[in-house]
Amino acid sequence: MKLNLLAVFAGVYLVVLYAPIVLLPLFAFNSGSVIAFPLRGFTTEWFGLLLDTPALHAATLNSLIIAISTAIFSTILGLFAARAATRYGFPGKGGIVGFIMLPLVLPEVIVAISLLIVLMQLGLNSGTWSIIAGHTLICTPFAIAILQGSFANMDRSLEEAAVDLGETPWSTFRLITLPLVAPGIVASLLICFIISLDEFIIAFFLSGNSPTLPVYLWSLLRFPAQLPMVMALGTILVLLSVLLLVLAETFRRRGLRRAGLKDTGGFL
Amino acid sequence: MGEVAGIGKLMRSEAGKGLTLISPTFVYALLLLAAPLAMILLLSFWTQEFLTIVRDFQLGNYQEALSDPIYTALMLRSLRISATVTLVTVVLAFPVAYYISFHVRHERKSLWLFLITIPFWTSYLIRVFLWRVILAYDGPVNSGLLALGVIDEPLGWILYNANSVVITLAHAYAPFAILPIFVVLEKIDRSLLEAARDLGESRAMAFLRVTLPLAMPGVLAAVLIVFIPTVGDYVTPQLVGGSGGLMIANNIHAQIFAFNNRPMGATLAVLAMLIVAMTLLWGISRLRFWLWLADRMGGGMRGGAIALGAAVAEIAAIRVAFSAAPGLVGPEAAIIGLLLIVSAGSALILTRVPKGRWGI
Amino acid sequence: MSQKTPIVTLTGVQKYYGDYHALRGITANIGQGEFFSLLGPSGCGKTTLLRSIAGFEDISSGQLLLDGRDMEGVPPNKRPTNMVFQSYAIFPHMNVAENVGFGLRRSNMSSEEKRRAVGEALEMVGLGKYGARAAHALSGGQRQRVALARALIMKPKVLLLDEPLSALDKKMREVMQVELIRLQREVGITFILVTHDQEEALVMSDRIAVMFEGEIAQLDDPETLYRRPKSRRVAEFIGMMNFLPAQVLPTGPGGGRVALDVAGLGHAELEAAQCPNGATIGAAEIGVRPESLTILYEGQSAEGGREAEGTVREVVYYGDMTYYDVLLDGAPSPVRVSMRNMPGRKVLDFGARARLAWDPRSMVMFC
Repeated sequence: MKLNLLAVFAGVYLVVLYAPIVLLPLFAFNSGSVIAFPLRGFTTEWFGLLLDTPALHAATLNSLIIAISTAIFSTILGLFAARAATRYGFPGKGGIVGFIMLPLVLPEVIVAISLLIVLMQLGLNSGTWSIIAGHTLICTPFAIAILQGSFANMDRSLEEAAVDLGETPWSTFRLITLPLVAPGIVASLLICFIISLDEFIIAFFLSGNSPTLPVYLWSLLRFPAQLPMVMALGTILVLLSVLLLVLAETFRRRGLRRAGLKDTGGFL
Repeated sequence: MGEVAGIGKLMRSEAGKGLTLISPTFVYALLLLAAPLAMILLLSFWTQEFLTIVRDFQLGNYQEALSDPIYTALMLRSLRISATVTLVTVVLAFPVAYYISFHVRHERKSLWLFLITIPFWTSYLIRVFLWRVILAYDGPVNSGLLALGVIDEPLGWILYNANSVVITLAHAYAPFAILPIFVVLEKIDRSLLEAARDLGESRAMAFLRVTLPLAMPGVLAAVLIVFIPTVGDYVTPQLVGGSGGLMIANNIHAQIFAFNNRPMGATLAVLAMLIVAMTLLWGISRLRFWLWLADRMGGGMRGGAIALGAAVAEIAAIRVAFSAAPGLVGPEAAIIGLLLIVSAGSALILTRVPKGRWGI
Repeated sequence: MSQKTPIVTLTGVQKYYGDYHALRGITANIGQGEFFSLLGPSGCGKTTLLRSIAGFEDISSGQLLLDGRDMEGVPPNKRPTNMVFQSYAIFPHMNVAENVGFGLRRSNMSSEEKRRAVGEALEMVGLGKYGARAAHALSGGQRQRVALARALIMKPKVLLLDEPLSALDKKMREVMQVELIRLQREVGITFILVTHDQEEALVMSDRIAVMFEGEIAQLDDPETLYRRPKSRRVAEFIGMMNFLPAQVLPTGPGGGRVALDVAGLGHAELEAAQCPNGATIGAAEIGVRPESLTILYEGQSAEGGREAEGTVREVVYYGDMTYYDVLLDGAPSPVRVSMRNMPGRKVLDFGARARLAWDPRSMVMFC
């Protein structure tokens, strides 16, 4: 009886968790221009409208540039830190790693305002590059979390075996380490891309004249007439995120399999 | 020459290699996190006069922030909303984490976790906005309840106030609460529970005496991971909070962009971090103290009652101090006094009272 | 034992990890073609020593020569050693043949020669048909064989084996012990084996270095190690040994012999070789193996009249053997006696009186 109750609770929890997302496509294909029930009829008009909005295209391009750069920079920084954290012991390790991971719990508004104020005090204009810098800061902990898993799963004696068989440290990294953590790297790139693409606060504070996709979305939310288009855009974004996530998860599992390990859970 | 050789040796040592390897990431975090944080701390002691910033070290911003009821009400509300969100999120998350860990078949667990994390990765902005739609006057909640005949007219109190902020944030942070609790529950050796049952405990008591204490570190992690970021949330209060649901991040944004008062924005940011840190310090240390007290007083109902009494007494004392002291000794003295009492008490507890069997 | 040409020479090797002194002056020569074991409890430094020879650890001081060449500053990939790792370290993203051929990448063999070498190496370890098998589809014993083939294909001067059998079950372990001895005879390469299993070391090695706390406590061939342990600690670590308090008597018989009065046994005379630490008059301790004590049944008597009497305090029946704990009259604690079970020979009961025969030639004395 207790088990059933728990299962029902978990089921309801999952339904509530997905409730808002399920509404998205309902309104995106609804021909009524007001976001409210009852629904009117089926239309793809709002998706068509997305194609005719140049400002949206500019924002999308801007977001893509930022997200791709962030994914690359965060993953590189994450590789350094994750490798150091799993492979070596050094003085102050806990403090250093803890500090690098701090943006994971720090309210984003604090990161945003401190970066903005530094830029303002230095008299620099905020813009695309400053958003990339900010996003890299908050994505690096996620990259580290994912890559640390990959490195930790790898038996250290594999690298020693390669060196023992005549390879140099660099060729060992290329022949053994990289192939074995590659799935983790791909997963990290994808996750950082998703986070950056979706991040609002830092972009909102730092975007200046070139808004990112979320910042542009935010500006649309003020105009009721634009809301159906927002729903259409949201639907696409959600689908894209889910697609990338499934991809990232697949890579993560492939990495585990390649390392000959059993799956132990999800991200984080 | 010797020195160069020494450095070379250090670079080749374990510690040297580790430090060298982590330095790019660490330096990046120092430049983009530590330095800016130091900058806002510095700025919070300066003042804005029209378009220029006066670079004199003074406490004016803090005085203003702590004495002006607008700011104090804002900070207290942020704290209250975050605390409620944390409570709701963690209490609702625990059974789900428990269900996944104890009742879902092993090979299905990662699917469940994946399903739970997916919403977290989808556009935060749009998710929050959708809650505005759901909770709206003519939204699905109200129309559903009307259709079912539960209510006669749409509920007005579920949107544009603190309630809607709590609902939306609790929804947004659900996966954050589930994951750490799940991880800890997974680590619990199942034979411990069998041993407890074998030693005569009922299923419920085995849960209370074994599972719950062992899961506490995960619960604590969930509390931290929900409480800290929600205090600083901007989007949710702005979209669904109305004027009665605004939080500190909204005011920080307004100070910088609308009022062009960066020092005040910086001050509020520093205060927000300070409040989070103090609240957590206070909460964790007191929890340890109360649990310890309950055990020392013989445990069971009696110990529990004494600990509860101590908790109520302290909270009442803090409330009185917070509301009455500013009138008696002035706001700065009251705040500084309160800070000292809370931090000194916490430090005393955390150093003197040992970690109990609840692992806090 | 005659010394073969040394291939590994260790002179005063020290290793510190911060304040921790892992190796405290190791000096030893390991001969060409020798099967050498480093035996000791966990944390004794045996793995550190092996990894220092391989080049994965820098030694803090002292000298390590491999084939006459000083190894200071020589990285593992440039040393004439290869290693079989405890976890086998089979590359999970490569198949068996790719694993075995990994080390040939840098050689200037043609790909045809390489393929032949891999085939021969696999044949040698009995995995001839497994070349295309994926690494994760191998059993423990097969992984072990792949690891061996992968190291041996490099034709190292010294093969280092880090607890290679510890991950296998008992049956497989015995099979692989025999296999390793065969392989070593076949290739004639020096093997250095790290193990914490004294039986494994005794079975396989030409010589064994017993290590405690970063020092070699004794370096000898298996028989000497078993029969003439140099210290009580070594004696306790290798096999089972009884210890009895004894008094060295002042009036020795001369000629390098030592006279003793042993608690529970009585008067004994030992050769100087049986007293590895020398003998001084006063309290000492003798060690005697369980199989060197014999229970005398009715009608039997000991040669030379060396008999002792006691009470059976414990009987442990093992099928082929029975172990008795016998408290000898006048001894402070029981001694263990192992007796082969034979038809018609009755197993003694708990509490029975027993007569024991003993032989001073099987004793060692520690001061």
